[in-house]
Amino acid sequence: MLQYDFMQNAFAATFIVACVAGTIGYFMVLRGQTFAGHAMSHVGFAGATGAVLLGVSPLLGLTLFTMTAGLGIGLLGERAQGRDVAIGIVLSLSLGLGLLFLNFYTAFAGQATTLLFGNILGVGRSTLWLMLAIGLVALLALGAIARPLIFCSLQPELAEAKGVSPRAIGTVFMLLVSLAVAESVQVVGILLVFTLMVAPAATAMHLSSKITTAVALSVLLALAEAWLGLVLAYYTNWPTSFWITFIGAACYLMAWGLSRQLRTGR
Amino acid sequence: MTAISFKSVTLGHGRRRTLEKASFEVAPGDFIGLLGANGAGKTTLLRSLLGLLPPIEGAIEVMGSRPSRGNRRIGYVPQIHRAFSELHLIGRDLLVGSVAGLRFGWPFSIGADQRDVGRVLDLVEGTSLAQRPISSLSGGERQRLLIAQALLGRPSMLLLDEPLVSLDPNHQMGVVELVRRVQKEFGMTVVFSSHELTPLLGSIDGVLYLGHRSVALGAVDDVITAECLSRLYNAPIEVVRAGGRIFVVAAGEVRPGGHAHAPV
Repeated sequence: MLQYDFMQNAFAATFIVACVAGTIGYFMVLRGQTFAGHAMSHVGFAGATGAVLLGVSPLLGLTLFTMTAGLGIGLLGERAQGRDVAIGIVLSLSLGLGLLFLNFYTAFAGQATTLLFGNILGVGRSTLWLMLAIGLVALLALGAIARPLIFCSLQPELAEAKGVSPRAIGTVFMLLVSLAVAESVQVVGILLVFTLMVAPAATAMHLSSKITTAVALSVLLALAEAWLGLVLAYYTNWPTSFWITFIGAACYLMAWGLSRQLRTGR
Repeated sequence: MTAISFKSVTLGHGRRRTLEKASFEVAPGDFIGLLGANGAGKTTLLRSLLGLLPPIEGAIEVMGSRPSRGNRRIGYVPQIHRAFSELHLIGRDLLVGSVAGLRFGWPFSIGADQRDVGRVLDLVEGTSLAQRPISSLSGGERQRLLIAQALLGRPSMLLLDEPLVSLDPNHQMGVVELVRRVQKEFGMTVVFSSHELTPLLGSIDGVLYLGHRSVALGAVDDVITAECLSRLYNAPIEVVRAGGRIFVVAAGEVRPGGHAHAPV
């Protein structure tokens, strides 16, 4: 299996994505901002298809658009909460725009499916390097803001009183989420970003009540789900994204049942 | 020097005013109960002391200087939200995170942080409960943890926002007694907001009553009287004392829709 170049690339790419999505996803779940991540990936669709139309790398266009969306959501801050309708309209508009761009670019009919559901086996070396760079930037930046971010996420009023700015920290974090979303789309596509960014993090949260342990678990779960998905896809010839979503849901269900049992058993 | 001084202060958001041209002074080392109905502006007043809300007019001084965000001499216990109560995190991590959260970069926590957290947990006798997830704690235990958190960094003033909400009377007494004990031990000034007076009776040095955009400060027996509160609300109010409790009620049918105030 590993003698193929595309499989090597796929394993390397999912490793990068699992590290980034598992870590940033944990904070996203902790802050209750999972919908924001979902919205960002949809906005990214217009960026990616637009980039294809212009002949530039779709990952670049995607990242640019998700970052713009992240900045917008971050600056809106608290006011973005409860604006599900407005965000929903913006994300359908982006999908619509993406469809229009694809319509102009008739040569690539498969491009839509690739973007929407991911095509990890099609990741080339150059994309891989770009992913590594984006991933490193995201993780280093997260490391730098991690402590104020945790404080602001858990007790925003107290953090504000202590002189930390929840708004500024929240905006930087949204930018990091946008990077993680752009990376995850490479593996599972725009529609399934939840499966790598939310499922492992939420599972880890059920399993551990210590932040460091939970983040590590979240990364390990994301990695295990993605790699197992790749292996299963290789042997069954079914889509990788399907396997990843399937394993992600199964793990979450088991962790939920386990933590429920532990709590009622006490 | 006064601990808190308001000179002709107006507070509010947008067009809404919760306080108009109010003046009062709190002496250092006093335990003040901040009372008033829901929406009377208790949280707004606390936020102005923290430097989070500048006064529309007038001058506020806290321990001799203008309120500024991030004042290390003030410990703050914000109101608890539902999301906080459901956290799958252990209390100790929460406290360490709130000290470490004031700095950027690595390392995550340093020895001094851990020692200070250990010290405040000892103070509230909360070392063992801090090992449990916050979601598994009772309301009283959660407050104990938050009071410990407010004591981090050895502040000389404590501001508590409605820590008694949704606690049963036993736990309410426990929280008030704990605050009173640490207040005495460190000679801190305390402003403790509550919409009920009863649990605070016997522990507080004075009461700051907010109502109808004005304020009255003084001993319980001077402020919680029919004359004083009627002046505050600009409407006839009766004060009924029964069995060690004090009830504030709108008098008769004079004010249509005037609800009987919760027992205070």
